Amino acid sequence: MKKKHIITRRTALVTGITALGSYLLYRTVKSPQVPTYGSILRSGDNFTYEAQRALLSKRALVKEYSRSDISSFPATGTLDPGDEKSKTYNKDYALTHRNGFSDWKLSVEGRVARPGMYSLAALQSLPARTQITRHTCEEGWTAVGEWTGVQLSQLLLHVGIFPSARFVNFYAYDEYQDSIDMIDAFHPQTILAYGMNGRPLPIQHGAPLRLRVETQIGYKSMKYLRRMVVTDDYVDPGDSGWAWYTGI
Amino acid sequence: MYNPWVKITHWIGTISFLFLVYTGIEILMVHPRLYWGDVGNDLTPALFELPISRNYHHNGWTTSQPFFNSTHSPVSAGRTYDIFNENGWGRSLHFLSAWVLVAVGLIYLLSGIYTRHFQRDLLPARKEMSFRSLARDMADHFKHGMAFVRGPNYGVLQKLSYCLVLFFLVPTIVLTGLTMSPAVAASHPWLLTIFFGAQSARTIHFFCAVLLILFLIVHVVMVVRSGFRKHMRAMTFGS
Repeated sequence: MKKKHIITRRTALVTGITALGSYLLYRTVKSPQVPTYGSILRSGDNFTYEAQRALLSKRALVKEYSRSDISSFPATGTLDPGDEKSKTYNKDYALTHRNGFSDWKLSVEGRVARPGMYSLAALQSLPARTQITRHTCEEGWTAVGEWTGVQLSQLLLHVGIFPSARFVNFYAYDEYQDSIDMIDAFHPQTILAYGMNGRPLPIQHGAPLRLRVETQIGYKSMKYLRRMVVTDDYVDPGDSGWAWYTGI
Repeated sequence: MYNPWVKITHWIGTISFLFLVYTGIEILMVHPRLYWGDVGNDLTPALFELPISRNYHHNGWTTSQPFFNSTHSPVSAGRTYDIFNENGWGRSLHFLSAWVLVAVGLIYLLSGIYTRHFQRDLLPARKEMSFRSLARDMADHFKHGMAFVRGPNYGVLQKLSYCLVLFFLVPTIVLTGLTMSPAVAASHPWLLTIFFGAQSARTIHFFCAVLLILFLIVHVVMVVRSGFRKHMRAMTFGS
């Protein structure tokens, strides 16, 4: 007589996949989310966010390359906020650029124990990390570059974030603003870069300081940073028409 | 007669596939250059280029600045051209449609195993794989007045093309799509290895899409030639 199994491989598979799907949907509905603006597209982005956070390693490092892999690197978006002809001209940037960024400071604010202004020298006195990684642009192209900077986690620990902090918001000279969650903020390869390919960061690539979020698409790696604000809640800048989370 | 699960997943899959093609073309138009390996951009040579948007050969770049002092140094250049880019909604809609396709794909896969649809209807029997039977089936496709066969009672070439689509093209296009995701590739670096790099994955993704579109065209032509209304009824509310 054929032995009857209470749990067959088939029912286990069906149950497993249904449970996983329900769990991901539950996470998307229940956990505090970035706004969807009632848009089905933004809901899809939030589902991707929850699925990747649930299914992928939060600490896995992106592939690192060797120096001989460094490639040509297009600069897109703002190329120089100090250029008067630029659509995103900023007088403060033009002035600090003229001073060789010697008076430039990153303002660190929000839910931190020691807010303050951090000069380039202050950031460079923190332990440095150099990594050769692949930049993936949403447009479809990729480029490999070497980045030197301070791990964002180092700076966050240095300024002492409060336990309720959930997001790190960045503000740039070209009026760009964006944020990342604490998982990406504490990723070992998320750095505030002041060097590129063994030299100071070029103007085109975001001098004097840019963000590198290697686990997301290129546009999250903001250039020309001036301000960083740690918050408990998502700061809603409105729907830019672009996904907030771009690990995909 | 078709299983209701086959019918439901067939039509939801069709809709999400059409959305994926539409948004896929939009995404390709933003950067109509394809490469091999891990790296590829406007400042590096392309494998081939497609003249499908104003971004093709736009040449709106500042003077190149070398990164190093060597003769063949990689360079930096700033883009001054206002490119076509609708990826804000294009990418999000592509991924949303992909989620739908993954969901119905899993339902189809499980119901196909459960109802033995794959074993019974899709995998060709050994005797069907003879040269003579393949040649006969091929000849039948070019005859006038193709006969309507109530599905799923497929010919051997039909079985082979469905198997190619379901068990090779669809898994490859899903995996190459995932390879392009920075977060997925971080957790699963083997994807970059098996597809020879992030840009190769993009190129393979493109060729899989081309083959799937060709399959769709042939599929629709065959449905029309062998009785469009009967097939539509069989795949929807009729039997």
